[in-house]
Amino acid sequence: MKKILVIGATSAIAESCARLWAQRGDALYLLGRDKARLRAIADDLRARGAAEVAMATLDVRDRPSHVSAIEQARTAMAGVDIALLAHGTLPDPGECDRDLATAMDAFDTNGTGTIALMHRLAALLELQGSGHLAVIGSVAGDRGRASNAIYGAAKAAVETYASALRQRLGRRGIQVLTIKPGFVDTPMTARFRKSALWASPSRVAASIVRAIDRDRAVIYVPWFWRPVMAIIRALPEFVFRRMKF
Amino acid sequence: MNDTGIGWGRHPRLPPARQVVLRDRNAALPQTSTTLLPHGLGRSYGDSCQNGDGTLLLTRGLDRFIHFDREAGVLACEAGVSLDEILRLVVPHGWFLPAVPGTRFVTVGGAIANDVHGKNHHRAGSFGRHVRRFELLRSDGRRLVCSPEENTGLFEATIGGLGLTGLMTWAEIRLAPIPGPWMQVEHVRFAGLDEFFALSEASANSHEHSVAWIDCLARGNKAGRGIFSRANFVADSRPARQLAPPRLAVPFTPPVPMIGGLGARFFNGAWYRRPLRRPRRQPYAPFLFPLDGIAEWNRLYGPRGFLQHQCVIPPESERDAVQELLHAVASAGSGSFLAVLKRFGDLPSPGLLSFARPGTTLALDFPNRGDATLSLLDRLDGVVAAAGGAVYPAKDARMSGRHFRQFFPRWPAFDQLRDPAFSSSFWRRVMTGSGRMQ
Ligand SMILES: Cc1cc2nc3c(=O)[nH]c(=O)nc-3n(C[C@H](O)[C@H](O)[C@H](O)COP(=O)(O)OP(=O)(O)OC[C@H]3O[C@@H](n4cnc5c(N)ncnc54)[C@H](O)[C@@H]3O)c2cc1C
Ligand SMILES: NC(=O)c1ccc[n+]([C@@H]2O[C@H](COP(=O)([O-])OP(=O)(O)OC[C@H]3O[C@@H](n4cnc5c(N)ncnc54)[C@H](OP(=O)(O)O)[C@@H]3O)[C@@H](O)[C@H]2O)c1
Repeated sequence: MKKILVIGATSAIAESCARLWAQRGDALYLLGRDKARLRAIADDLRARGAAEVAMATLDVRDRPSHVSAIEQARTAMAGVDIALLAHGTLPDPGECDRDLATAMDAFDTNGTGTIALMHRLAALLELQGSGHLAVIGSVAGDRGRASNAIYGAAKAAVETYASALRQRLGRRGIQVLTIKPGFVDTPMTARFRKSALWASPSRVAASIVRAIDRDRAVIYVPWFWRPVMAIIRALPEFVFRRMKF
Repeated sequence: MNDTGIGWGRHPRLPPARQVVLRDRNAALPQTSTTLLPHGLGRSYGDSCQNGDGTLLLTRGLDRFIHFDREAGVLACEAGVSLDEILRLVVPHGWFLPAVPGTRFVTVGGAIANDVHGKNHHRAGSFGRHVRRFELLRSDGRRLVCSPEENTGLFEATIGGLGLTGLMTWAEIRLAPIPGPWMQVEHVRFAGLDEFFALSEASANSHEHSVAWIDCLARGNKAGRGIFSRANFVADSRPARQLAPPRLAVPFTPPVPMIGGLGARFFNGAWYRRPLRRPRRQPYAPFLFPLDGIAEWNRLYGPRGFLQHQCVIPPESERDAVQELLHAVASAGSGSFLAVLKRFGDLPSPGLLSFARPGTTLALDFPNRGDATLSLLDRLDGVVAAAGGAVYPAKDARMSGRHFRQFFPRWPAFDQLRDPAFSSSFWRRVMTGSGRMQ
């Protein structure tokens, strides 16, 4: 039985992961903003066979509350084997371009707040001497695009920090996983038209759970985004600059 | 072609103005100026799960379990949970759903709203009999827990209520114990309707599940021939594989129908004569859900889609009316090989508009050939009406309003309890005029 902390537990991708863990009989601790929805998810996970499920509320922008939230989770489960960070917002790009406060708020949720949580969790796992830290980045972190500047920049920051933690903690047997989904059909992307490139949250979750089991470092889900993003990263700036997507 | 929000028969196609994905059972209904209709997995064939130019409430995101009592066999879950998901959860603990339709890809909400029946109707009755309670969210914002004890009127109206009494957010269901996931299955060939009725009678007590395939294109002295299948859950220590996802899928809609037409008569003859295996044990899924092995098989009927016709004929007239129906189909020569015959039992359902009732049910499907198909189906309705039977709304895309009101005489009481903001293409069709769909 694993002890699993999920942050942003009401996320569609996180909920799908939690179901897979619940079926295996793992114990879960859920952190998120919306109490009623967390409770509904907790009941579901119990019915599916989770050994134990507890929950508490946390807004990741409220940095001072991180310490106690993480500490309570650790105490409740007597340790943390896996921490999954799945919260995120996809802000409206026009709104971000016009309004600095909106931009910085989104950067806080997706970037600074996430890095702060990773900072705490790294310390916890280091002290424990074991565990997995898994964070959901995005293919958007691979190259800055006009259509999601702040989001992409925040994801890039998180991924760079994850890479650094991997170096630091790897030596002590602690795994850090960067998850880079492409397009996933979730509430975050409800406003977009879907095509064959879109993946379901359950498919993405299966990849995440498997990657954690196998101590992977960086995964793209679905896998085809790895070569696609390699090409996009390799495009010379004078070409990329003219592209519209 | 985008198929969400369309019925399983892919005819008629009545696109909604708006589709709202529901994910939170505690959330309010969306504000809209149009009518609302819940939509589950869209396994109803015609227009009862469609709301052309209105709003569809897509319920599949309400897919959380709430409580599973492994000792007592009681399950509470959100209304968008599919029967497939329930079986995956409960079968390993020795429980099964007390009634299941011929596909496990339907939601709990859909199963209640059509008060679906299964191959064990003669023993267990319809799905609605096993619903302990559910929450109904009405357009005035009220949340009502409905059960045989509270809000009884809405409980009875919602079972078989075609999604028109409000949104069910969750339901609590009584499960049935099983010795394990294996069934002892037996197939028996029969030469005509009299033999079918004799087999049904003889199997009613000995077999929990029974259903017959019938060669609906056979004529003359071959008419009414078919294969009777019956089964019971049995104890078996071998582990059965968990439900596999469909192994095959129909990847696109072929430009012409691949089912029905010239080949149908040949297929039916060959299917009737196929060598039958001796009684044997098999996992429940291929027996209870024979078509679930092929995803999106409905595409095989081509771009014009297809129509189902399922009726029930009361015991007094069942023998003659079924014969007359089969005769009409065989002489029109346009059925396909998915014709199914089953005898219902007499366990009553709480539903005001429930379809399943004592007698014999016959289900047929027809590739859509336009007017020829529609007039054949009208003729079948005539036979059903004369025999005092009913046609199943879940499968229907064209019965007349007059017939609907005759088949479901309690509709005025139902209409009183309907939610004023809810409607469907089906309901508008059968409540206005007498004719076919526009
Ligand atoms: C291959 C196949 C075999 C079948 N075999 C059988 C059979 O053996 N016996 C049988 O009885 N039926 C059978 N059916 C029909 C099927 O069981 C019903 O049409 C069922 O209602 C479909 O459920 P759904 O989730 O797809 O609902 P939909 O088709 O999407 O909707 C059905 C109705 O339920 C309402 N509804 C859905 N969710 C809610 C909710 N949360 N609250 C209120 N109303 C709601 C809708 O408004 C609509 O009126 C079969 C269908 C197929 C495709
Ligand atoms: N969907 C995609 O296409 C896609 C692609 C690449 C990467 N991702 C990443 O995948 C992760 C999961 O997203 P998703 O697709 O599953 O979307 P989602 O269902 O919308 O989940 C996002 C979650 O983040 C939570 N959240 C937002 N702001 C928060 C805050 N300040 N404090 C705490 N929680 C907060 C939301 O909680 P509330 O419900 O309370 O708002 C929500 O549960 C995110 O990191 C996202 O960036 C998604």
